[in-house]
Amino acid sequence: MSNVLKNYLAAVRATLTAALTLQDFSSQVVERHNFPEVEVRGSKEVLLNALTISRNENERVFIEPSINSIRLSIKIKQADEIERILCHKFTRFMMGRAESFVVLRRKPIPGYDISFLITNTHSETMLKHKVVDFIIQFMEDVDKEISEMKLSLNARARTVAESYLSMFGS
Amino acid sequence: MSAPEVYNIAQVPITSHAFNANRSEVCVSLNSNEAQILGKQGSEWVAKETLSEHDKIITSIDWAPNSNRIVTASQDRNAYVWSQAPDPLTGQMIWKPTLVLLRINRAATYVRWSPNEDKFAVASGARAIAICSFDPESDWWVSKQLKKPIRSTVLSVDWHPNNVLLAAGSADMKARVFSAYIKDVDKKPQASVWGEKLPFNTVCGEYSSSSGGWVHAVGFSPSGDVLAFASHDSSITIVYPGAPAVITIKSMTLPYTTLVWTSEDSLVAAGHDCQPILFQGSETTGWKAVGSLDDTTAPKSSGGGRQSAVGRLNSAAFNTFRNADTRGQTSLPGMPGAGSGGESELMTVHQNTISTIRAHAGAPSQVTKVSTSGADGNLVIWTTNAVSGLVGRMSGLRM
Repeated sequence: MSNVLKNYLAAVRATLTAALTLQDFSSQVVERHNFPEVEVRGSKEVLLNALTISRNENERVFIEPSINSIRLSIKIKQADEIERILCHKFTRFMMGRAESFVVLRRKPIPGYDISFLITNTHSETMLKHKVVDFIIQFMEDVDKEISEMKLSLNARARTVAESYLSMFGS
Repeated sequence: MSAPEVYNIAQVPITSHAFNANRSEVCVSLNSNEAQILGKQGSEWVAKETLSEHDKIITSIDWAPNSNRIVTASQDRNAYVWSQAPDPLTGQMIWKPTLVLLRINRAATYVRWSPNEDKFAVASGARAIAICSFDPESDWWVSKQLKKPIRSTVLSVDWHPNNVLLAAGSADMKARVFSAYIKDVDKKPQASVWGEKLPFNTVCGEYSSSSGGWVHAVGFSPSGDVLAFASHDSSITIVYPGAPAVITIKSMTLPYTTLVWTSEDSLVAAGHDCQPILFQGSETTGWKAVGSLDDTTAPKSSGGGRQSAVGRLNSAAFNTFRNADTRGQTSLPGMPGAGSGGESELMTVHQNTISTIRAHAGAPSQVTKVSTSGADGNLVIWTTNAVSGLVGRMSGLRM
């Protein structure tokens, strides 16, 4: 189990490092503009093939590279209803504060839970390998975070139920 | 092995740099709409003058060594030629801009003076290259455009030593050799391996990158008989038009974005790997990477296990086992973990992508020093013969 996660993260890390070879690229379509090409998709030749790295049917990463930006979308593991709710709340909380996370996108692309948009400006102002580390650490932590929230939710539910039911016992 | 000279110019990316003829001044653009001329004082570069005329990021700078003129190209679709003239008020020498009529409607991406310094080529996002020559009557630079068969943004250009041929690499995955012959400026060029009759916009060669990557950099060898280009598929392709032979060097590293020939049988390429790599070879023996100019065997700063803030039990032993269990991560000392993010520095001199590499010292056929600048704001001068084997380097490379 643990080895599978290691390989999965290693694959994401290698792909992300290779995809983060960005450069400044002014738009070919609109004068004096500079867009993330992966979002506007104005010129086909500056987009690279998108790539899905999938650990299992519930967990996958979708990486769309282009000449000056990459978009990385993560499908977080959601085994049951509680995890689905927790995941939705958690990603909504993050994306509501997308400015503080710099590379976070305000909306995920369809079929995924959370998306990052990294442009050449980000790879210039921040150390590239640290951006990769951030994404990988995010992926590591988000699973842990959600399972810990689920545990504490269950623990709290049990405590609540116990204290509620204890009223009838006495 | 002499250590490279490292100058930290800024904390922001250096988009381009160009030295003057005697290497006492350097013109850099710090990811902004202004270019700065820096002069060397002791071991530091101090700002002397600012060239501000553009209103968007300056993408490329070139300094003509003999006529002492600077040309800057910017994303605002303009280029300016700067020449030194005395200020009418104070009598000091200042840099004066001259307008260039580029007639392009997208960003200018790259600019280079021709070897005779009577023309320059501006690559642009308008799927065209503007070849500019001076019009003394109206006191401006006029341009003629190379358009066919370019299909996308031109990312780099390089002049042939005969002042007529021009190589261009573009985002449509092709490197091309054009004739940029301008009747009033050029004498009729001698026949070369690239062709005999060369009217304007003759395509003398068109070469695809091996696996279809954007061509980031092109370069003619000192004699002009060989063309090299670096593309986004991490390969360098050497073209011998006479034979004709095309040699592709594929590498395991990240793509190279810039290259310079250091002699007829060697070149230095650098890019997203943050280190300049020396390539050597010839038509008969083939080409291969000899080694890095950078010494990447510097001792690793001790990583130190990342402490997780989440969870109730936070003892070190607990973390070790939990990491090993849940994340497949071993943070035991001496074990380089695939997921560890402890050190914040790369082991290369440049900490981010190298964007420009230029010959710094020596004749074109025997370059002894090259200068590089990159997105980390460093300007580094390397000795080209300071290379040791690649084998030890590869282990230090972190993918």
